[in-house]
Amino acid sequence: MKELVIVSGKGGTGKTSITAAFASMAQNFVLCDADVDAADLHLLMNPQPYSTNDFIGGSIAVIRQEDCSSCGTCLELCRFEAITDTFEVDPVSCEGCGVCVDFCPEQAIDFPKQKCGEWFLSESRMGPMVHARLGIAEENSGKLVSLIRQQAQALAKQQARELIITDGPPGVGCPVIASITGATALLIVAEPSLSSLHDMKRVAELADHFRIPQMLCINKYDINREISDEILKEAEQRNIAVVGRIPFDQAFTHSMIAGQNIIEHGKSPKLIEVLTSIWENVSNSEQMCTDSSQIIPIISTKQ
Amino acid sequence: MIISVASGKGGTGKTTISTNLALSIDRRVKLLDCDVEEPNAHLFINPDIHTDETVYTMIPEIDQTLCNGCRKCAEICRFNALTVIGEKVIVFPELCHSCGGCVVVCPEHAVEEGARELGIIETGSRDRLTFIHGTMRVGEAMSPPLIRKVRSKIKEDDLVIIDAPPGTSCPVITAMKNTDFVLLVTEPTPFGLHDLKLAVEAVKVLGMPCGIVINRSDIGDHSVQEYAAQEDIPVLLEIPFDRRIAEIYSRGRLLIEEFPTWRQTFKMLYRDIVEIIESKQVIQ
Repeated sequence: MKELVIVSGKGGTGKTSITAAFASMAQNFVLCDADVDAADLHLLMNPQPYSTNDFIGGSIAVIRQEDCSSCGTCLELCRFEAITDTFEVDPVSCEGCGVCVDFCPEQAIDFPKQKCGEWFLSESRMGPMVHARLGIAEENSGKLVSLIRQQAQALAKQQARELIITDGPPGVGCPVIASITGATALLIVAEPSLSSLHDMKRVAELADHFRIPQMLCINKYDINREISDEILKEAEQRNIAVVGRIPFDQAFTHSMIAGQNIIEHGKSPKLIEVLTSIWENVSNSEQMCTDSSQIIPIISTKQ
Repeated sequence: MIISVASGKGGTGKTTISTNLALSIDRRVKLLDCDVEEPNAHLFINPDIHTDETVYTMIPEIDQTLCNGCRKCAEICRFNALTVIGEKVIVFPELCHSCGGCVVVCPEHAVEEGARELGIIETGSRDRLTFIHGTMRVGEAMSPPLIRKVRSKIKEDDLVIIDAPPGTSCPVITAMKNTDFVLLVTEPTPFGLHDLKLAVEAVKVLGMPCGIVINRSDIGDHSVQEYAAQEDIPVLLEIPFDRRIAEIYSRGRLLIEEFPTWRQTFKMLYRDIVEIIESKQVIQ
């Protein structure tokens, strides 16, 4: 089984739009939305959940006021400034470490498990999809990402599907680490800006750290061709295969409003052509190709 | 006064708004880039960096000569950062949340406070602006401890603008908690609206006043305006799509440098925010 994870470092470069387009072209796959913090893929896929499950994250301290002697031990031990002067726990600040619970001399602190979100097994018009919704202001997004990736793997195995396509979160922190560890390959979606160049280097460095092979595509490459070339140069230095360049096109926005991916939307033949070629390059790459006789080298699209 | 700039969805223009706003105000301002996973504000500010410091978080270090393998440290740790094999305690530093429970619980005083590098904090300036940002070490999983350290550079009476990370979970909450106003930057698309709603929910949890900036305001539909009206959240600024603005951004240039008339727009945005803070309008 292969898993392709789409990442970017910088947010808003087009990860979800590209993931959704792949769903129109790939065969026999499971779709997974690992951006649990601000999940958007469902807006294009309209998945129908057949299984909704609670995500139980960590626990949160709750002081029973009637048993509290206001001794101040919890206040002194808490390193997260989660306990107020009136001995109440701020649930947003509480890290769930339980130190106050264990050391309260009155045993006046409860530690109930928290429902931190929900995750779903769904059917979409393009196949099965695993996705989640992290509760507002919740922690443990990395844990939820790991959970839904496991569920996607289990589902793929059960239905004998060869491929998982995972839409990743922005950044390089815990949800990204949870999204990429053990993946077959990453597709980094960059855009030609100094910000994106800066951020893609960091996500590539993270992927190198975990020894995950990377590919790269540039979205909106014609907004600044010079910086696009710099990104290509960076990719070359890092030995990252470039699978394509997508021109700036407002059709992406129009298709999003229509609740469709860019392929289904069908209004931009140029984008369909470019994305088809990107998908061919990705799926025929050394890492992603399931049939080794089919491997063809990726030809850089530098002009 | 602290104004945080957040968004839910990434790439909507948080950094554009916070950098241009910070340099348009006729006062001493501190700009804090709290998007420590992917900090970008420095690319636009080009500050002279005066100081940099490497910052750490506490992790346990076991003094094996004192440890008797009683397992109390491993039992108290809710994050599985300590385990005992035979009589030897093994620490997994990357799982540690620095709660200090193991230090307090050890009856032999065998747990000492060691350190894990979180990243670096750099401080610099440009004209009257003080610029501070954190850059998380690549491979570090937890951004909130570094965000807290960046925020600890705020002094009383500072006028502060915080460029927050995207999302709605712990990093952005850490960045915008206890600020006086949250400016939510979005775009008029289904993704922008969906993530804006999540961000507004987070702001409600924290009980802070907020306002909306709609970037590329003419590329999509009217659903963001309709949502803002329905929720009674003021739309303080709309920036229409302009390929020249995208190009200016791509080069790491500021809008107010290339189109000086924008400076007045950002001054007005600041004035509107101050007015709202002063009237203490809190959305319920």
